[in-house]
Amino acid sequence: MGIDRRKFFKVSGLTALGLAGGSVSKVFSRETPYGDSVQTRTWGTEPPKGPLTAQRWAMVIDLRKCHEQPDCNDCVAACHSTHNVPDWGNPKDEVKWIWKESFEHAFHDQEHPYQQESLKYLPALVLCNHCDNPPCVRVCPTGATWKRDKDGIVMMDWHRCIGCRYCVVACPYGSRSFNWRDPRPKIQKIEPDFPTRSRGVVEKCTFCEERLARGMLPACVEACKYGAMHFGDLEDADSNVRKLLSERYTIRRKPGLGTNPEVYYIV
Amino acid sequence: MLEKAFVGDKKYWAWVISLMAVIGVATLFYLRQYSEGLGVTGLGRDVTWGFYIAQFTFLVGVAASAVMVVLPYYLHDYKAFAKITILGEFLAISAVTMCMTFIFVDMGQPFRIVNVFLYPSPTSMMFWDTVSLSGYMVLNIIISHVTLGAEKQGMAPPKWIKPVIILSIPWAVSIHTVTAFLYAGLGARPFWMTAILAPRFLASAFAAGPALLILFCLILRKVTKFDAGREPVQTLAKIVTYAMAVNVFFVLMEVFTAVYSGIPEHLEHFKFMFLGLEGSSMMAPWMWVSSILAVVSLILLLNPKARRNESWLVMACIAVFLSLWIDKGMALIVTGFVPSVLGAVPTYVPTVTELMISLGIYALGLLMVTVLYKIALSVRGQWETKRIIESQRSPVKAGS
Ligand code: SF4
Ligand code: SF4
Repeated sequence: MGIDRRKFFKVSGLTALGLAGGSVSKVFSRETPYGDSVQTRTWGTEPPKGPLTAQRWAMVIDLRKCHEQPDCNDCVAACHSTHNVPDWGNPKDEVKWIWKESFEHAFHDQEHPYQQESLKYLPALVLCNHCDNPPCVRVCPTGATWKRDKDGIVMMDWHRCIGCRYCVVACPYGSRSFNWRDPRPKIQKIEPDFPTRSRGVVEKCTFCEERLARGMLPACVEACKYGAMHFGDLEDADSNVRKLLSERYTIRRKPGLGTNPEVYYIV
Repeated sequence: MLEKAFVGDKKYWAWVISLMAVIGVATLFYLRQYSEGLGVTGLGRDVTWGFYIAQFTFLVGVAASAVMVVLPYYLHDYKAFAKITILGEFLAISAVTMCMTFIFVDMGQPFRIVNVFLYPSPTSMMFWDTVSLSGYMVLNIIISHVTLGAEKQGMAPPKWIKPVIILSIPWAVSIHTVTAFLYAGLGARPFWMTAILAPRFLASAFAAGPALLILFCLILRKVTKFDAGREPVQTLAKIVTYAMAVNVFFVLMEVFTAVYSGIPEHLEHFKFMFLGLEGSSMMAPWMWVSSILAVVSLILLLNPKARRNESWLVMACIAVFLSLWIDKGMALIVTGFVPSVLGAVPTYVPTVTELMISLGIYALGLLMVTVLYKIALSVRGQWETKRIIESQRSPVKAGS
């Protein structure tokens, strides 16, 4: 089943997972006010085997759905607890992989003072864009961050990073965090399956490559109950993300810089 | 030659020991930073580079400015610089050492710095900066060692050193150009993304460096038998004048482009720097001081009468140095982060730890300058000072 299965996964994240697993999981669907369906899935006894693969992973975030759930923080919580992200409680030392930013900040160059109220205060989920032309990778003097050839994920090696923070300076989206102090005491509950970091290195979202390798979707996507996050293969014309991109009006952050962000937003 | 550093009078030792004391205290502060992490600095998520990197940038300029004495002397055979060329080269060696130390203390994982050599990454400007700075250091050590050694034996330096010296000239330009490229190629930071950044760096370096060298020459004349002479000091003063004028011109061009185009992402940084942004005006007073000092120094330098008067010249040199230090050693780096990439206006104030560590690195640089200058002047038999006579008298005084 190897090839078929992998190809199947490429088609789409959630739906494929649910169906391919068969006995593994159940899919629930419901209609949303926007006419598209939301699927949630529960794991059965064992997760599907074999990695999820793609030629170019990408994410589509539906901000309207986030906006309907102003108190929802599930994706952020899921990501941060899965990845041992410390909680410093102050903006100076803060480490974060995914978070809610105001529309005005997230789309700095696309807002105007008379914008519809909903948009103005729209919390936009932001994370590393896994840029196709990532400036952070270009500037790193040690190769501690690099773009993976097989699927475009921008990776981090916390053991090689010298903590020069050049990548933090070069990222136009503020997606990278530096460990100003030892993060371990500030991790609420250490997740043994994932490494903790030491002080003095940079970290960021990795599109959950460790979960993809075990056949699981990114933690944030999995945690989202409202179908606001879609993850799939950009190179596959039939994938969920390609479908959304061809049907919806989507924007990217700072497109003029030529970084080619691979996180798209439906507004 | 190093043995010359270990003999000196009381004043010399008092100076050396006080510098070492400062370095010692700074080391304690560094140990604290090393064990707790860079969180003990004022840096944070939004302002990720600050005082350390700014000092590094400023000092690369001081290092590069040695070319302003090397070039006239070796390329144009300008004999008046014969006596001070070695001072320029030793200043460069000390400045590069400070640069490297500032980079070291800014690293989150300083002992992994070897990774830059283990995994060379030619797309990174930081890699090239490391290459060009270390190369410059090696060149200057070779050149000063060989020429001073020859001078000690009363011989002409060997012929092969000439091409090495010639090579050091474009190399000096390269270190500051590549340092500007660290900043100038980042789409994320519009404040630095200007083609004039490297030329501006060079202009300010060729003003601040020679200004410092003038001050050193005059201090040496006061405390030792060494006298650089009037002509080289006046020639250096002219170099400072031209470079400072060009630097101010470049800065005004930057201001024009930002203000006239009115593009917010360029303009906001200048607003922050000179007026303050969203209530954050910490940089503005400094920038005004820097601007006033720049104007004052230019008025003094452009006026031949004032320039030829050494006490006015000293004032002008101090003004140039301070003005450019504020501009490059404080404003240039931090302003690149305000506003942040997300449009926030963060505040950054260096902490005592940061300032003490920086002070220690400057003390280290001064210690190197002292020791190296002592070696150079001792070789020429010009170190023995008026002070020796004083120090010979002082025990009598102490006893009485
Ligand atoms: S969002 Fe920032 S950190 Fe992520 S790939 Fe792009 S430039 Fe790099
Ligand atoms: S902080 Fe680490 S990952 Fe970032 S540029 Fe420096 S070495 Fe590379």
